[in-house]
Amino acid sequence: MKLRPPLTTSDVSDLRIGDKVIIDGPIYTARDAAHKRLFELIEAKKDLPFPLDGQVIYYVGPTPPRPGRPIGAAGPTTSYRMDTYTPTLIELGIKATIGKGPRAPEVIEAMKRFKAVYLVAIGGTGALLGRRVVKSESVAFEDLGTEAIRRLTVKDFPAIVANDVSGGDLFTEAVATYAQR
Amino acid sequence: MRAITFEAIVEQTKRICIEASYNLSDRMVRQFELAKQTEQSPLGKEILQQLIDNARISREEEYPICQDTGAGVFFVELGLDVRIEGGGLIDAINRGVAEGYREGYLRFSMVADPLRRKNTGDNTPAMIAMQLVPGDRLKLSFLAKGGGCENMSAFKMLTPADGIKGVKDFVVETIRNAGGNPCPPVIVGVGIGGTFDQCCMLAKKALFREVGDRHPDPFYAQLETELLDEINKLGIGPMGLGGRTTAVAVSVETLPCHITSLPVAVNMDCHAHRHKSVVL
Repeated sequence: MKLRPPLTTSDVSDLRIGDKVIIDGPIYTARDAAHKRLFELIEAKKDLPFPLDGQVIYYVGPTPPRPGRPIGAAGPTTSYRMDTYTPTLIELGIKATIGKGPRAPEVIEAMKRFKAVYLVAIGGTGALLGRRVVKSESVAFEDLGTEAIRRLTVKDFPAIVANDVSGGDLFTEAVATYAQR
Repeated sequence: MRAITFEAIVEQTKRICIEASYNLSDRMVRQFELAKQTEQSPLGKEILQQLIDNARISREEEYPICQDTGAGVFFVELGLDVRIEGGGLIDAINRGVAEGYREGYLRFSMVADPLRRKNTGDNTPAMIAMQLVPGDRLKLSFLAKGGGCENMSAFKMLTPADGIKGVKDFVVETIRNAGGNPCPPVIVGVGIGGTFDQCCMLAKKALFREVGDRHPDPFYAQLETELLDEINKLGIGPMGLGGRTTAVAVSVETLPCHITSLPVAVNMDCHAHRHKSVVL
C-alpha cells in the first residue's frame, strides 16, 4: 500500500499490523535531542518549526552525504527513547512515526485514541534506506548536527505496520508465534 | 626497541575505521545466508535477505552499512619493546578516528559530557582498553559500536550458589528484555568472573572474537552452544518481528574471581557487526 504524506485519519485507519507500506513524499526527521527541543517549544507555547498536522516523523540520525548525494546512510533508530514525547505529538496531529523496536503501552493507547500508526523500517539497513531519500532540506536545530530536524523527500521507502489504530501490536503477536520458551 | 611513528598509527586507525564501516565481513554475510535457510518466519527470511542486500549496496555504492557508525571502541595490545615516535598512542588513535570519521563520511555520535550532551564534532574520544604484551608489535582492534545494542547491556552480581543455571537464566532474560531493540540477529558477548569492572570489559572483549569461532575450552564452548540454542527459542527473530534467528553467535570470556562472587555481564552487538584489526 502507498502512503503519501501528509496523511489523514482515513489514510491510516485501514492499515493493520503486518501490512507492508511504501512511502512517497515528505517526512520529518527527529530523534532524541530534537524531541527535547520540540517539547521545550510546546511547553513555552511557541511556534513549532514545522506543522505537525498529518505529518510523519522518522527517527533517524543520518551519516553525512557524499558530494552530489542528498544524504548518507539513513536507517531507523530505536523508538522507545522517544516514547515519553510521542503521545503528545500524536495528540497534536502526527499521523505516523517510523523507527525500530517496540513502543510503550502509552504510545499504543495514544495511537488508538487519536488514530495514528507506528511503522518499522528495518534497522541496520542504512545503505538500502539512504538510497530511497531523494531530497533533504534543513528545517530546524542545525546545531544538533545529525540530530537536526530535516525534511526528507522519500521515494519507494519500505516500512511495516507495527501498531495500528485498533491497538494491535506486531511485536507481541509475532514473537508469541515463534516462541518456544 | 622498535619504533612506530605517530603518523603510521593515525593512518592505520583511519583506514580500519572506514573499511569496517563499509565492508560487512564475509563471515557475517555467511551467517545471514545460513540463517535464511533455517528461519521459519517468512518476514524473518525477507529481513535476512535485506541485510544481505544492504551489505552489498554499502560496499558497491559507498553508503555506510548503518547510519549509526558507532563509538570507536579499541582493544590495544602494545608490545613492551615498541617505542612510539612523534606523539602519544592515545592521541594517535583519536586523531585517526577524527580523520577517519570525517573523510569516510561517517556519523559523529559522541557527546562530550553525558548530561550536558554537546556533540564533540569528530566522534572522539575513542573508548580504548590497553594491554601491555611481550614483543615489538602494536595491535589495534576496532569495533564500531552502535548505541542501540549497547543500551541493552546488563550486569549482575550472582552468588556462587546460582552457578551455571543462574548465568544462563540471566543471559537469556537479558536478551528477552532487549527484544527487537538491539537490532537482532545479534552477537552476544558474555563476561563471567573477574571484578565488576573487569567483567564488563570481558563482555565487550567477547564481541571482538570472529563470528563462528568457538571458545578454546570445551566446557565454555558447550555453554556457548547451549546459550545460543536457548536464545533462539525466544521467538524474537530478525528485528524483533518474530522468528528463530535472534542471535547468530554467543561468545563467552572468563576471568578468575573472588570466593564470594559470580559476576556476569552481557554486551550485545547488532547485526551490523563492524570490526577490523591491524598489526603494526
